[in-house]
This record gives sequence, C-alpha cells and structure tokens, in this order.
Amino acid sequence: MNKILILFGHPAFKRSTINAALREAVETLDGVTFHDLYASYPDFLIDVRHEQQLCESHDIIIFQHPFYWYSTPAIVKEWFDLVLEHAWAYGSTGNALKGKITFQALTAGGGKETYGADGLNRFTIRELTTPFRATANLCGMDWLPPFAVLGIHQGLPEKDRVRHAEDYRRTLIALRDNRVDLDRARAGELLNQDLNGIINEV
Amino acid sequence: MEAFLLKLMIFLGAATIAVPLARKFKLGSVLGYLIAGIVIGPFGLSLIDNIEAIMHFTEFGVVMMLFLVGLELKPSLLWQMRTPILGMGGSQVMLTFTAIGLVCAFFLPWQQSVAIGMILALSSTAIVLSTLREKGLMNTSPGQSIFSVLLCQDLAVIPMLALLPLLATAAMHSDTHHGSAMFDITTLPAYLRLIVVLLSIGFIYVLGKYGSRPIFRAIAAARVREVFVAAALALVIGISLLMTAVGLSPALGTFIAGVVLADSEYRHELESDIEPFKGLLLGIFFISIGASLNFTLIGDQFWMIGGLVSGLIVTKAIVLLVIAKIFKMPVTERLLFSVALAQGGEFAFVLFQFARSNGVLPQSVTETLISVVAISMFLAPLLFLLHDRLIAPRLQKAAVERKPDMIETEERSVILAGFGRLGTDLGRMLISAGIKPVILDHNESNVDVLRRFGFEVYYGDVTRLDLLESAGAAEAELLIITLGDHEKSMELVKMAQKHYPRLKIAVNAVDRRAAFEFMDLGVTTIRRETFGTALTLGQDALQLLGFDPYEAYKIRRLFRNKDKETMPELYRIHRQDEDKYISMYQQHNANLADLMTQDREIDMAELDKAWTAANPET
Repeated sequence: MNKILILFGHPAFKRSTINAALREAVETLDGVTFHDLYASYPDFLIDVRHEQQLCESHDIIIFQHPFYWYSTPAIVKEWFDLVLEHAWAYGSTGNALKGKITFQALTAGGGKETYGADGLNRFTIRELTTPFRATANLCGMDWLPPFAVLGIHQGLPEKDRVRHAEDYRRTLIALRDNRVDLDRARAGELLNQDLNGIINEV
Repeated sequence: MEAFLLKLMIFLGAATIAVPLARKFKLGSVLGYLIAGIVIGPFGLSLIDNIEAIMHFTEFGVVMMLFLVGLELKPSLLWQMRTPILGMGGSQVMLTFTAIGLVCAFFLPWQQSVAIGMILALSSTAIVLSTLREKGLMNTSPGQSIFSVLLCQDLAVIPMLALLPLLATAAMHSDTHHGSAMFDITTLPAYLRLIVVLLSIGFIYVLGKYGSRPIFRAIAAARVREVFVAAALALVIGISLLMTAVGLSPALGTFIAGVVLADSEYRHELESDIEPFKGLLLGIFFISIGASLNFTLIGDQFWMIGGLVSGLIVTKAIVLLVIAKIFKMPVTERLLFSVALAQGGEFAFVLFQFARSNGVLPQSVTETLISVVAISMFLAPLLFLLHDRLIAPRLQKAAVERKPDMIETEERSVILAGFGRLGTDLGRMLISAGIKPVILDHNESNVDVLRRFGFEVYYGDVTRLDLLESAGAAEAELLIITLGDHEKSMELVKMAQKHYPRLKIAVNAVDRRAAFEFMDLGVTTIRRETFGTALTLGQDALQLLGFDPYEAYKIRRLFRNKDKETMPELYRIHRQDEDKYISMYQQHNANLADLMTQDREIDMAELDKAWTAANPET
C-alpha cells in the first residue's frame, strides 16, 4: 500500500465549495495525509525540516490547489522555494524524492474549451503546467498529468461536484493500491479524463 | 424576633434541601421551591402558618424580577427582535387569551373569563429558560423563538397589571397596594392625579438616564461593595414606593427603570447585586405558593382539576403549533416550540393573587386555577423529557439528509476581561472582524470614556463569579483576559476553569514568569504583553541599521518561532531550578542566562534556505 501526502494550498478555503468537496472525499482515507499549508503556516514561515520529513515518509505527493495565474497560490511556490533544497531534492546527492509519484490536483475557473490554441487561455493545461513537470523531472520524480476540475466560474452543479469528488477519491484509492496503469495515465491530457481506461478494477 | 427567625429558618432550610434535590432530578429550581412549600405547608409537616402575609411580602420579588427583566432588555435588542417578539409572542398571547377566554365564558362571567384568559396565556419563564440553558438550546433557532415569546409575555404582564383592576366585579379588599403612608393621591382632582403620574414616570426616566450615572460612579469610586448594593436596593424600593404612592404598579415602575438602565455600564453590577435578593424573595414566594396548594380541594375535584390541566396544556400546545406553522418554522422544531411553552407560568400566581385582592376573581376560582397552573408547571420538565426521548429522535432521523450549513451565522460570544491599553486595541480588532465582545473593566474612568466611543463596556470586579455569570460566561465561547494585575488574572483563570470548563481561555501574561504560572494551570493560549512590541521594534532597529526590510522581517519571524519552541524547555528548567534560588532576583538572572544560551543556539542559516541564483554545484 502506498502512502499519499496531499499538500493543500488555498488562501480562501472557506469560500471554495469544490475544494471542500474534494478535501472531504479523501481526507479520512486510509494511507492519506492531508496537509493544509495555509492553516499550518499562516505567516509563511514554513518548517523546512518537517516538510522534508513528511515527503520522505510518503510515496505519492499531490499538490492540491486552485490554478492561480496559470500557477499555484503563493504558499505553494514558497514551499517549492524553501523545501526543495539542493542536495536533498536535486543535485548529484539530492535524491530524497526520486521515484515518488507526483501530480497536481487543480481547480480552475475557465472551462475545458478555454484551454487550447483557439481558446481564451491560448494554451492547454498540459502546456501551462510544464514548469511543474520540469520541477518533477529535476527531482527525479514520476510525473503524472494533473487531475483537473475545470469551469468553476460557470458555477458547478451539485451533481458535478459530487462526481468530481468521487473521481478524486477513486483515483487516490487506486494509486494507493497500485491499480493504476501509470503509462496510460502519463499519456493522457488530464489524469481524470478517462478513469475507467487507466484504473484496473479488482 | 425568635418566632420570625424560626420561620425564616424553616423556609430557608426547606429550600436548601428541596432545590438541590429538584435540580438533581432535572426538575428546575421553581419546582424545588414548590415542593419545599408543599412539604412544610399545612398538607405536609404543617410547619408554617400565616402564609398570606408572607406571600404578600415576598411578592416584592416579582417587582425585582421585572427590574431585572428590564435590565436585560436593551432598547436596541428589543428593536432587533421586534418581529419574533411582536409576531410570534403577540399572536401567542392573543390567540391563547382568546381561546381560553372563550372556553371560560361558557361557565363564568365575561370579566372573569377575560382575566383568566390573560393570566393563563403566560408560560413559565423561570422553568423554560433554565431548561433551555441546561440543554444548551438558547442560541438555536427554536430557542430564540421560545425566548421571544417569553419576552413578549413578560412585557404583557405590565398591561395586564394595569387592566386587571378594571375588571373588578366585587368590592375591593382594603388592604391592597392602594393608599400610601405618605399621602393619599386619591384626594386630588383627576387632572392633578394624571399630572402627578406623568411627572413620576418622567422622574424615573430622567433619574435612570441622567441622574444614575454620576451617582453610581461616585459610589463605585468609593470601592465599598455594600454601598453599591445598598444603592441598588434603595433604587428599586424607592421606585416601588413612588409608584405605589401615585397608584401605579410598582412592577411597571421598576421595569421602566430597568429598561432605562439597560444601556448603562453599571448594568451587570446592578444585575448581580439585585439578583440574590430577587432569587431569595421569589424563592420564598414560590414556597408559599406550594404551601398554599389546597390538597383537600385537589382531592375533592380530582377529575375536574385533571381535566383543566390537560385542557390547558393541550389548548396552549395547539395554539403554539399553529403559530409555528404560520411563522414557517421547520417541522423538526415545531414540537419543541409548542411543548416548551405549554405550561402555566409563575406570573400566574402573582396575577391570580392580584386579581383576587382586587375583587376580579373569587377565591374559589383562583384556588382551583393556582393548583392547575402549579400542576402544569410540575409537568413541564416531564414534557421536555418526553420530547427528548420519544419525539426528537424520530424527527432527527427524518432530518439527517440535510447537511449542516457551511456558514456560521451564530453569534460568537466573547468576554473580554480588562479594557486597558492592551484590551482596547484587542477589542478594536475583534470589532473590526465583526465580533462584539462583552467587555468588563474595573476602572470607572476607563469605562466612562470608552462607552462614549460606543464600546459595550461594563463596570465591575471581573473576579466576581456573579458578574462573570451575568456577562454570559455559561454560553460564551471564549474568555480573553487582558488584566494588568497578574494575581487577578490567575484568580479569574482558576474560577473560569472551575465553573465553566467548556470556556476557552486566552490570557495576556505580564512577563515570562507569569506565563509559567499560567502554564501551571494548563492554559495553552498565552501571550506575553511586551513581546510583540519588542520584536516589531527589533525589526525596525535592524532596518534602521541598513538590513534589507524583508530580511529584517524574516529574522523577526524566525526569532518568534524559536522563542515559541524553546518555551517548554525553559519552563522545565524554570520549574527544576526554582528550589535552588534564594531570591527572586537570582532566579530572574538565572532565567535570563538560560534564555540567552538558548538564543545563541538559534540557527540563522535557515534564513538563506531558498533558491540562490546560481546552482551551487556549477
């Protein structure tokens, strides 16, 4: 059984019903550690040692956050800046994260049609998240495409919210129990575009 | 003298035994007093006589109660709750009055039916409120609705007291409230009488609004507690005398005085001073009601009284259910609302007494109805129990699917003890976040100034349990202590922990030693008074010395965190070393030395933990 660490960053969590739903769906799962960065470090003074130990003791690291300006909320960036130290995360002797699976769980305002060459946002989600992919690469991590919930600004109907939360939970359980076809997952645009295709049901 | 003391002893003794017992069985103190009365009364042990006279004297407890009700009723609160009070409460009083009055009209003259309808429309504030408090339902929506109805009923008592004498059919007893020792207003012509009445109400208003503050302030400045109590009692008694002299109800007068004083900073102090007297007098009043219950009568008319009791409860409950439906209360709350208010109230005892002595109702009727009300009050806690056990679980099951709301609309209640230099800014910040603390302070000039700026500040010694109680400690969520006096803070923490174990506590400690003492008591949220300023000034200093602003800020942050981390270690050292030092001075120095050693170990390397422009390996 893999141990999963969710690093969660949302500066206005109280107002995000989708993030609340996603969080609620996975928070109490066996083998999952849910770590709320804004709640732990309201003054941004990240405890680097502690964060590194957390990463070391888990096999899968998920960054769950809203997609702000094609990137992460500030504290997640601060986390990268401080925690991913040379000789720990990267460099010739830095291999603490090597081989760990990682991906982003994003929530974004624009709908799927806005992310593409013809859309409002010009680029695909996969293109826009290349910096994260590069980071994972430098740290020798096993990158997967983002689990993305799009179109929040149009107001997500309750039933969609429930479905996404259920998908998130299903994905995490499958990853935890080694039931995901990682090669097929890696090839997709989004992790949650075809769950039946990548998860082997028992 | 001895006979009086003996009688007093019997009353107090009975109360001390019966009330705790009743509370233990969750029957509430009013029932405890009634039971005590039955036990020592003519149908029990026959220990007391001349109950009438005692009842008459202790009716004054009701006057005090209305003063306290008035104190609780800020005009602003009344305005805020006007819809539920007038809507729900008003329709409850009117509909119940009509229903009961109409039924009575089949058997009795209309004047008597009107009187009975009014009196039986009331419910028992004492029983219901204490039950709601015990069950923690005060701040729920059915709790608030119930409270509004009770409030409306309390207010309705005043016009009732005024109306009842007009319904008199028999000759008036001569020994009642009318006629004063000082002068007899009835000898004056009618227009002069009206002027005198208006003048006296105006006098109460002016006294409460403008006169009371300098008087109370002067008394408070003397810092002799008894004098404040004496002044409070003199105020209530004086107003009662004035009202009696001009032929008005003393209860009305003290109620007005209470409302006028509700906005005063001395409100909590007045409340906690009058409360024990009111409690004692009302207690004895309830005992005498218990003692005057006529069991021969109840035995003789067993079926009739039983029928009247169930009729009363059923009628009131149905009216309440209808109101709950009209006001669109959720189905799950309707039954609680109607069960809670279906009994007769303690005011009925007073009003029946009043109606009898004013020649409105004959003794045969009041005696029967007092028994009916008392029995319905006995049943009230049982009805609550029935609702909790049988009805609520089923309704709950039906309501399970509804998720709790994300938004917390419920008012956060915070008590802020101490409003000096520190408390002021803290209070300002809380208010800016939409949290309005109840503020207690013992410095009368502080209180005065701050109230002028619109803060809700009350004067009083915060280490007094009764003051804390009337500030709402039982329902409050958090107690913040920002007193300058460490001993007082410690006392307050101990008291709060003992009496309100659920209350969260946050304290300000004058120094590190004080913080250690709070840690001894198990307080976890402790802030040292000058620490924050020291660090901010430190940051300023670094910046003035040419440090990069963000660097200075980071050092401050880091230092604060390290200090927090080393606190438990210092605490341990402090407690171990305590015996070794002879003088405080020695200990202070030793602590300082420990502190400095710890500080040297702070690893400032963490400051540089971030990407550097160049890859360190290239």
